[in-house]
Amino acid sequence: MPQQVTRLLVMFLLFGVALVVARHFLVPATFGQIGHYRAAAIPQIAARPVRYAGREACADCHSDEVEAHDRGRHQFVGCETCHGPAAAHVENPTEVKPRVPREREFCPRCHGYDPSRPTGFPQIEPASHNPGQSCVTCHAPHAPVPPSGAPSSCAACHGEIARTKAASRHAAVPCTRCHEVPDQHRETPRTSPATKPATREFCGECHAKTAGEASGVRRPASGVRTSDTGLRTPDIAIPKIDMSQHGQRFLCQQCHYPHSPEVR
Amino acid sequence: MDDEGLDRREFLQRCGAAAAIAWVVRVATTEAEQRGDYKAADHLYGMAIDPAKCIGCARCMEACRAENDVEAGAVRTWVERYVLTTDGQTIVQAIDEKHQTKAPVDEHKILRTFFVPKLCNHCANAPCVQVCPVGATFTTPDGVVLVDKDYCIGCRYCIQACPYGARYLDTRTRTADKCTFCYHRITRGLVPACVEVCPSGARIFGELKDRNSPLARYMRFSKLQVLKPHLNTEPHVYYANLDGEVR
Repeated sequence: MPQQVTRLLVMFLLFGVALVVARHFLVPATFGQIGHYRAAAIPQIAARPVRYAGREACADCHSDEVEAHDRGRHQFVGCETCHGPAAAHVENPTEVKPRVPREREFCPRCHGYDPSRPTGFPQIEPASHNPGQSCVTCHAPHAPVPPSGAPSSCAACHGEIARTKAASRHAAVPCTRCHEVPDQHRETPRTSPATKPATREFCGECHAKTAGEASGVRRPASGVRTSDTGLRTPDIAIPKIDMSQHGQRFLCQQCHYPHSPEVR
Repeated sequence: MDDEGLDRREFLQRCGAAAAIAWVVRVATTEAEQRGDYKAADHLYGMAIDPAKCIGCARCMEACRAENDVEAGAVRTWVERYVLTTDGQTIVQAIDEKHQTKAPVDEHKILRTFFVPKLCNHCANAPCVQVCPVGATFTTPDGVVLVDKDYCIGCRYCIQACPYGARYLDTRTRTADKCTFCYHRITRGLVPACVEVCPSGARIFGELKDRNSPLARYMRFSKLQVLKPHLNTEPHVYYANLDGEVR
């Protein structure tokens, strides 16, 4: 074998050995065991400490609160949603205490009015809802029910509708003029819903050409404050249509939004 | 090798020895797996999100920060407020964790508005895993995309590659970081911190393969969508009845 070829081979061999040695020291031990990564990273990440203990851990000691909580409207709200991370408290119950939020600013974070919140979700206007009082003086946070007789207005849960309606031509029409609301709706709104007008004739009581004294429905005089909304009736004429010629196949609310009718 | 000398007896003996070795290895590995009573291969995690239930309280963001020690200024999960106006505009706003932002337009100009929680989608076909030059980000056998912080070189390719903007650079360690589905919690049988604290049940977490999981049940009864399906990332985070404006 020519000398230069031997040298070349020796060089290649040395490079090869250097590569194998370098690889042995540089590539982590568990790399490639499962995939193209360090398998030891998985148990390392899984060993991180837990800060939120989970609601099951709370039930071991606080069975009374949990029992009330699990029957109330907050039953799907975790303990740590309000009380904060409590794993440290589970470890050391006497020295580490989780937060007990009693301040008024706390509850509106969920229950303050926000137009993007789903309609029907209980929302209040913090500026006007019993200002200065702590929420927990009237509402039991573990099993909240509205205080007796409350909500006094539909706006407590249907804020978005109430606000829309307040700026519309229907502002002076009380909710109960169109919706029949069973008492139970205050407690279990989804299982006992309020009714909606089911016939065209219902809207026609005011808006049909023939409506008026004959139907027995009288419109309050213009500019008079109605008792339940406190708003003045608008001083334009009620729009009238011929019920036999106008949209016979549809219910009125299929085209018109009754909370904000388009005529202004 | 003297192949001609291999008679039937010797062949069978070798086969028997090989089978015995395979059995011993198998028993040893199953015992090892049983000792650490968590088997990643038995799980496949996913999350469903119901934007119609989200109330935008940002408890998830708060809990994620506390649970995972997320540095100030970064988020692993966040909530977007979508506002569609009557004149056809779509305004997207990230809500603030401490002081919730108000709707950006006059209420009477809103056509519809809602919140959408977002997080890492834990894609089955994750672009971030593909681009990592060192193998520091990977998909675990239980379907979670993780970052090996000891191995990450902080090159930020993955941050650029993620089509959902779910990654950030942890400035304390100068490594990439992201939602782990609270891997340290789910492997202990808990749910992720954001799911634990969500007061309205807008986040549903569970097993994708197991029929008896809250997620599987939710998926049977809901119309689901993933974000940016045209990218074929195959996310493991599903959105129910998602508005077409959500990107």
